[in-house]
Amino acid sequence: MFRWILTCFLIPMGQGAIWANNILVCPTCPVFSVKEGIRLAGPCDTVTVDGGHFAEGNLLIDKELWLIGKNWPVLDGEGKTEIITVASNHVHIEGFKIENVGTSYTEDRAAIRLQEVSDFCIKNNQLKNAFFGIYSQHSKNGIIEGNTIHGEAKEEVSSGNAIHLWYCDNIKIINNWTSGHRDGIYLEFVNSSTIKGNLSEHNVRYGLHFMFSNDDNYLQNTFRNNGAGVAVMYSKRIGMHGNLFEKNWGPSAFGLLLKEIHDSEIEGNQFQENTVGIFAETSNRIVYTKNNFIQNGWAMRISGGCQNLQITSNNFIGNSFDLAVHTSGADNKFDGNFWSDYAGYDLDHNGIGDVPHRPMKLFSHVVSQTPESMILLRSLFVDILNFSEKVSPIFTPENVVDNQPRMKKWTAASTVKTTNTPLPKALPGKFLQPALNSQEGADNHFK
Amino acid sequence: MFKILKYSFFDLIRSRWTYIYCGFYMLFTFSLLWLSSDLSKVVISLMNVVLLLCPLIATMFGVMYYYNSREFTELLLAQPVKRTSIFLGQYLGVAASLSASWVIGVGFPFLIYGVFGSAQAGNFLMLLLIGVVLSFVFSAIAFFIALKNENRIKGFGLAILAWLFFAVIYDGILLLSLSLLSEYPVEKFSLIASVLNPIDLSRILILLKLDISALMGFTGAVFRKFLGTGLGMVVSMAVLAVWVVLPVLSIRRVAMRKDF
Repeated sequence: MFRWILTCFLIPMGQGAIWANNILVCPTCPVFSVKEGIRLAGPCDTVTVDGGHFAEGNLLIDKELWLIGKNWPVLDGEGKTEIITVASNHVHIEGFKIENVGTSYTEDRAAIRLQEVSDFCIKNNQLKNAFFGIYSQHSKNGIIEGNTIHGEAKEEVSSGNAIHLWYCDNIKIINNWTSGHRDGIYLEFVNSSTIKGNLSEHNVRYGLHFMFSNDDNYLQNTFRNNGAGVAVMYSKRIGMHGNLFEKNWGPSAFGLLLKEIHDSEIEGNQFQENTVGIFAETSNRIVYTKNNFIQNGWAMRISGGCQNLQITSNNFIGNSFDLAVHTSGADNKFDGNFWSDYAGYDLDHNGIGDVPHRPMKLFSHVVSQTPESMILLRSLFVDILNFSEKVSPIFTPENVVDNQPRMKKWTAASTVKTTNTPLPKALPGKFLQPALNSQEGADNHFK
Repeated sequence: MFKILKYSFFDLIRSRWTYIYCGFYMLFTFSLLWLSSDLSKVVISLMNVVLLLCPLIATMFGVMYYYNSREFTELLLAQPVKRTSIFLGQYLGVAASLSASWVIGVGFPFLIYGVFGSAQAGNFLMLLLIGVVLSFVFSAIAFFIALKNENRIKGFGLAILAWLFFAVIYDGILLLSLSLLSEYPVEKFSLIASVLNPIDLSRILILLKLDISALMGFTGAVFRKFLGTGLGMVVSMAVLAVWVVLPVLSIRRVAMRKDF
């Protein structure tokens, strides 16, 4: 970055120029084509586009450039082409409306494609009806901030991802709002990146999709009403903090899917009204702490091959089933949570129940054997069954037990604040933060 | 018929037991509302209660009322009044007074806590409706059993057994058969089987309101079609209506033939 400032500002000064050139493009200006504006610009110049509607096909940016939109100029692909292709480092694109990329079954067209570049910034744009929104491949050190990306995807096969990263490093994806695409945010082979404060809703498949991406953090995002929730697969050392997962409903939907995730931390999140809050499969050494699970079908389903889990200091409130565990992993810990259907007592008033709590009900086991028996949920007979199993566990795994159940729920366990109001449409970059500061909530936790 | 209905209704309204029943619900609801002012939680708790208590009380009350008013019934039979109107009038009187106790006992506290301003109004009305329907169904079943049995002890026993069967045993048999038949496609079977039991049916109606997130996890297409759409609601309501009509028709049939 520093080298860039050097080349952009100091070298021109040495040559007698005080500042890099600014080229103004508008429908009534001498330069009335964005393509022409880009062609005229030298390295490190700024091209300012003031209003207007430009349908100029594909715009290739092959030099270091600031491309700034004022008064929302529209770049229209007319459903035929990819719109902006960035093939140079140090490109900044801000303030455009980019529309109508058009579906293709043979190429991955994008509204903005970043092709093997570094140090880019894509900020405050409004993408509408794009096939792929922002597509970044083999790129690094970039910022994607404050964009709104709305598609009209109906089905998986004919839709693209809103933000698609492939083989990238050190990218910051901040405060974007994605909806109506296949995946809201898709990361494949993306390392050391941060995804913060985004809102991802009404996408056909996942709100956020991780594949083979290590050492990433995602925090304070909201994932709502997506086809299947958030999937984190085949990755290591992922931090998930202060996110809100809500209303992911459906036969194979979940708030968060973990598949072959290792050494990760899931802290301060809120899972609300999902069919399954967290579905974990072959995921080892994961810490689940300070999360809120509220009114989910299943708060957590842990299937085979999950070892060394630590599920502590969470709140489980009003879920139809708190836990369904189908693994015999001996090192899993379930201590110190609050369970809203804990029925024990606390004689010594130390805030910890004197009777261990068995969060996995017999019926939860029965339902996983015969899913049809779900129809008997909340039946008196089932309650009697659960009670007798609780007294003397036979069918449910013996080590699924909370030895120190909390009597009162952890206050402010989750660091999430629900935002029910949609983000303002015309104000990219000035989004309400979908979530509160994670650190703040974590401090409140033990008050 | 309406005269007899009116008579039974006001007779029961004056009865101590109706007040106790109504008072119990009112106290219960008030204390729940007082303990947690969150209306939705109270509605959920009451939904669990309604499935258990309404059928039980309706069964007991129905049998009790029939046996206690037997002499009066015999007196009425000697008058030029149609048989069906005597028994249907009495039955409707019992069912109506039970429903009134339920609606007033639960409705009054909720009204004070302002349920109609909240988002829970729909669930609350559903709760009231289910209570009323269950009262009607089970007092009809109770009347039918009492009519069939001269022996009071036997009548009581059978009535309790009927309640126990619908509330607990039926589900046990269903669960057992589901797990025994789990190799086969049992979706339709389980759905039909639970629709046939009025308590299960009411429970499903409640589930549709409350546990939708768990129910959406069904893999089966039949379930999804039934539970995920308005169809489930419509069919459940229709079958509940049948459950009211069917025992009433049986009462009528038995009453016409019975020798006093």
